[in-house]
Amino acid sequence: MKRAINIIKSLFLLELLKGLSVTGNHFFKKKITVQYPDEKTPMSFRFRGLHAQRRYPNGEERCIACKLCEAVCPALAITIDSDVREDGSRRTTRYDIDLSKCIFCGFCEEACPVDAIVETRIFEYHGENRDDLYYTKEKLLAVGDRMEDSIASDRKLDAPYR
Amino acid sequence: MPDIILNALSIFPSWLQVLLVALIKVIAIVAPLMLAVAYLTFAERKIIGYMQIRVGPNRVGPRGWLQPIADAVKLLLKEIVVPARSNKYLFILAPILSIAPSLAAWAVIPFSDTLVLSDINAGLLFILAMTSLEVYGVIIAGWASNSKYAFLSSMRAAAQIVAYEIAMGFALVGVLMAAGSLNLGDIVNAQSGGLFSWYWLPLLPLFVVYFISGVAETNRAPFDVAEGESEIVAGFHVEYSGMTFAVFFLAEYANMILIAMLTSLLFLGGWMSPLGFWSDVPLLGDGIHWLLIKTSAMLIFFLWFRATFPRYRYDQIMRLGWKVFIPVTLVWIVVMGCAMFLTPWGHLFH
Repeated sequence: MKRAINIIKSLFLLELLKGLSVTGNHFFKKKITVQYPDEKTPMSFRFRGLHAQRRYPNGEERCIACKLCEAVCPALAITIDSDVREDGSRRTTRYDIDLSKCIFCGFCEEACPVDAIVETRIFEYHGENRDDLYYTKEKLLAVGDRMEDSIASDRKLDAPYR
Repeated sequence: MPDIILNALSIFPSWLQVLLVALIKVIAIVAPLMLAVAYLTFAERKIIGYMQIRVGPNRVGPRGWLQPIADAVKLLLKEIVVPARSNKYLFILAPILSIAPSLAAWAVIPFSDTLVLSDINAGLLFILAMTSLEVYGVIIAGWASNSKYAFLSSMRAAAQIVAYEIAMGFALVGVLMAAGSLNLGDIVNAQSGGLFSWYWLPLLPLFVVYFISGVAETNRAPFDVAEGESEIVAGFHVEYSGMTFAVFFLAEYANMILIAMLTSLLFLGGWMSPLGFWSDVPLLGDGIHWLLIKTSAMLIFFLWFRATFPRYRYDQIMRLGWKVFIPVTLVWIVVMGCAMFLTPWGHLFH
């Protein structure tokens, strides 16, 4: 009996027609596409985009060359050299992030004891050759200077959870 | 052919006139066909997009209407890469072999009562022959590429098309029995009298079998094992690029339009109006527009199927072709034959 029902079902293409009705109904549904450059989806304050190096309000760079970010980086994207500056403080002489290696996991940001290395909301950047994606200390500091307002407000929003 | 054109041509010698007239007629069919192919790809992307709650291409030109033009220009400008160890002559010949029959078949298609390029009496046989030839392009492409995926694909295509060719042929036998003619124009004229005089009703199983076999013949989803992009990359045209790829693409879509138009001609009354009693009123009456509307409706089914069904497994395709479609068509032909010659209900099939 069950077999007979199955044969009738497949002979009259009942299940195929059911499938067609599903896609047919979807044809008239409201489209959920976000027209990207014109419209954007909401973004979390924890968004992990392009990296930046921050400064203190007096202009002193935050990074103390503890190399925790270098150690924690799972993609080995960070390279740090450090030296003693004239005033006797420990600073980086080299702080490079290879963004073509980076997986944007955010571990460097989490490991940093002084909130020096952070990830910003910038995700629309590109490079036309590999060098463009190799961010040196100067480039990272420049991003930090440019985005300081948004970085600071995002840290503030996240503060209760840290 | 308008007199103005004939007068303009009269400056040429007579043999050239014949040639030019034929050429103009061919262009008058092929140029709109190519445009239809271009916009069929656009319709496909839009309709499948809508069925997946997306909007589809909408950036090039107003609402995306220039997208197919942009695609064509891109493909024209791209390099044709010929694989180093391929058979170069066959590699270039294959796309030509695949598009030539799909264009040649249009020669016998009647667009309306009077509008047909060559009104031959064996039109249906010619169509059958041309649609069978299409597979050679695919087979040669797969063989000439010297690539495993392409070769697998061409073997699949060969087996599949052989299986469905038979079911398709039997479905056409039913139409022949009902119409009593191989001439496509006569077949359409035999269906005059409105929606319920068309052959889709008395030949319903054959109509369904013919259309599904048509989907399989054109290697469209859910019968696209020959292309099978998730298993064998792109199948027979995996090594093709630029214009050679575009020609395969054109052939596939021209075939889709051909199958859709044949289905409309053979089972849906061609240019006949569904309102048989108003056949003298302009627009509502018979005319080429009805054929185009029916063809578009059939084409939407092609796209709808692609948006809905997952690909058949290879053995399922073979089972469906040999063990379902061929028996169904055979049974219906026998039923028709018995009804026509042994019982008084033969008129139902005429």
